[in-house]
Amino acid sequence: MIVILQVYDASRVEGSDLKKIGGSSVKKTIFAAMLATTAAIAAVPAQARDQINIVGSSTVYPFATVVAERFGRATGNPTPTIESTGSGGGLKLFCDGIGENTPDITNSSSYIKQSQFDACAEKGIDIIEVKIGYDGIAFANSRQSDKIDVSRKDLFLALAAHVPGDKEGELIENPYQTWKDVNSSLPATKIRVLGPPPTSGTRAAFVELVMEKGCSEISWIKDLKSSDKSKWEEVCGSMREDGAFVEAGENDNLIVQKLDADPSSFGIFGYSFLDQNSDKLQGASFDGVDISFDNIADGSYPVSRPLHFFVKKQHIGVIPGIMEYVNTFLSNAAQSEDGYLAEKGLIPLSGVELQKMRADVNAQKVLNM
Amino acid sequence: MTDQNMNAIERLATVKEERMKAKLGKRYAKEKRFRAYGVASIVIGLCFLAMLLGTIFTAGWSTFYATEIRLTVTYDADAIGVSDLNDESQLMFADWGALVKNAMKERFPYVSGRSDRRAMYSLVSSVAEYDLKDRLEANPELLGTTEEVWLMADDEIDALMKGQVDMSVPENERRISDLQNSLVESLIESGELKKSFNTTFFTNGDSREPEQAGIRGAMLGSFFTLLVTLALSFPIGVAAAIYLEEFAPKNRLTEIIEVNINNLAAVPSIVFGLLGLAVFINVFHLPRSAPVVGGLVLTLMTLPTIIISSRSAIKAVPPSIREAALGLGASKVQMVMHHVLPLAMPGMLTGTIIGMAQALGETAPLLMIGMVAFIADIPSGPLDSATVLPVQIFLWSDLPERAFVAKTSGAIMVLLGFLAAMNLLAVYLRKKFETRW
Repeated sequence: MIVILQVYDASRVEGSDLKKIGGSSVKKTIFAAMLATTAAIAAVPAQARDQINIVGSSTVYPFATVVAERFGRATGNPTPTIESTGSGGGLKLFCDGIGENTPDITNSSSYIKQSQFDACAEKGIDIIEVKIGYDGIAFANSRQSDKIDVSRKDLFLALAAHVPGDKEGELIENPYQTWKDVNSSLPATKIRVLGPPPTSGTRAAFVELVMEKGCSEISWIKDLKSSDKSKWEEVCGSMREDGAFVEAGENDNLIVQKLDADPSSFGIFGYSFLDQNSDKLQGASFDGVDISFDNIADGSYPVSRPLHFFVKKQHIGVIPGIMEYVNTFLSNAAQSEDGYLAEKGLIPLSGVELQKMRADVNAQKVLNM
Repeated sequence: MTDQNMNAIERLATVKEERMKAKLGKRYAKEKRFRAYGVASIVIGLCFLAMLLGTIFTAGWSTFYATEIRLTVTYDADAIGVSDLNDESQLMFADWGALVKNAMKERFPYVSGRSDRRAMYSLVSSVAEYDLKDRLEANPELLGTTEEVWLMADDEIDALMKGQVDMSVPENERRISDLQNSLVESLIESGELKKSFNTTFFTNGDSREPEQAGIRGAMLGSFFTLLVTLALSFPIGVAAAIYLEEFAPKNRLTEIIEVNINNLAAVPSIVFGLLGLAVFINVFHLPRSAPVVGGLVLTLMTLPTIIISSRSAIKAVPPSIREAALGLGASKVQMVMHHVLPLAMPGMLTGTIIGMAQALGETAPLLMIGMVAFIADIPSGPLDSATVLPVQIFLWSDLPERAFVAKTSGAIMVLLGFLAAMNLLAVYLRKKFETRW
């Protein structure tokens, strides 16, 4: 407001000269326009927030936005604003404190960590956890090539920066050039995988669900987990940097387009992108299990993770519509197998889980860690 | 002897001439080559531009028309479950989808079975039911009546109509089933399906359904943001330029200020976003995602541009004009206000418009202040949540539905249109008010 007042003063001073100058029509119009805009800005009163503010994961973003839009249109409440900040960034904003200037809800594609929970608790924030469904991670290539069946160990050997050598306990620079080098049943094409950067929740989930599981199939690396955990994390979690694994950025559409252009490469992205591009791409099966809606829902497809959002309990009742929004997310129209979230590629909760979630949310059960 | 001498001289002259000719030839060739390089770089530049515009245009033109389906809708109170449109508690549980579903069932009575019906319902945009809701709430007298309405088709059907779906692949690998295709064909035959200019693209805010997504929210967001930017940066920038050029003493302090202004013009814009977050949101508690904060941040970013261009415009006013004004007894303020400022105004305006065009295309600083967000409601003022055009483009480019690719390019075309218009305005103003001495 201070700055706006200054503008007003400046234009008044110059405007008072207007009569004397008279001749310059450009100036006159400009000052008139300026006065008008200043008045327009000043005329809007400051108001308390009545719009839900949501931040967090870019994986949950495509689903949360669908619900937000329908919530807004069906109830007549203002449509919640949703920022895609990443799971970690969202929790940081969320745990900044209580009050109108902090978000009400944060989306997360991984579960809240102890340190994040502590940061929230320090500010006196009570968190209500809402699980909204599952997301599968696809390892896919173009339909112009053959579909492959991989194990998580294959992927670890193909993509890790260092792999075990001939002797036990020995690590060597990843020497594998083609898929056949990794596993003789795989085709003899060059290894080239496009994946998300380390800031992405999808990358974190891929490392956790594929790389770490795959490397634990090698017994001496598995033992490392209990003896030297940081070393184990480094061995399992670091990806190749010699061009076989390419960080393709956060934009999954870009990966889809690149796979279509180069049939020999593979990509890592969320199931919803595979679902939308099923005429161009096919997902590899893991240990014989195909990626499909049903296989993710019943848990047999191994590379899937639950998606969450966290609600700030103190904001319920202060910012209007929060409970209604959560209930819209958990409604039958959203969560049933042919609901609108399933159509967007989210695997909804099973009946039992959904009942429990609804009961917990309506009792406003606070998260404890 | 003399003959010999003459011969020698002649020989020397011819050798010299030949050498000179050779040198001259080389020089001409060099000049020709230089010119060719110049032409080549312009051609390369134009090629890139043509490629860019070509890809955007081919990907984006289809977004400007949309497929609509005509349905005979009965506003049946029982089907919706609402007997009184003013009763909030009834509206909460209203089933608006039933309106569309019943109309579809009536149109294709022979489609039965759960999955076939589902495929049939999905011909129409999945949020079209809310368009009916809005219509009914605006005209409550329609309850109980029947009318024909044109509803947006689903984005998959829209893609089919635009020839973007390959029907030759096996049915389970494409997103349009054979049943849906046959229903669409019968709709086309009876004239109940049409392609028309996509007004929704210009009247709606953002949406997660591609067929319902529009750029009005982003356009208004850009408008409010630029309004705030212009209202602040123009007067501040011009006042600073006038003071620095006409009144400030030339000493070390003003030199430091000058160097810093020039440096500020080169600071990456994300830095201004961080500053905006720290100052306007965390200290002054202005709302997140609001154009007023965006405008303040962009003001910081465009100020150096405006100050620098305004200063050069003031510098370009010949000193004789100042001297004449002072000589006739004008005060310094009068001299500036009556003579220098009107003459420098076209240059200042050009700089301002170019600064504004730059601000219109910015995304990075807005990331930090929450304007990179899904915002479906259309803003009504600079304090409402809003996003801006380039942010809308960025957000759409990251969504899984394929129809958003065309939306992205369509929005880029609109943004480029605005930028071109602003630059043309700058050229026009400069030509019109330009003074020659």
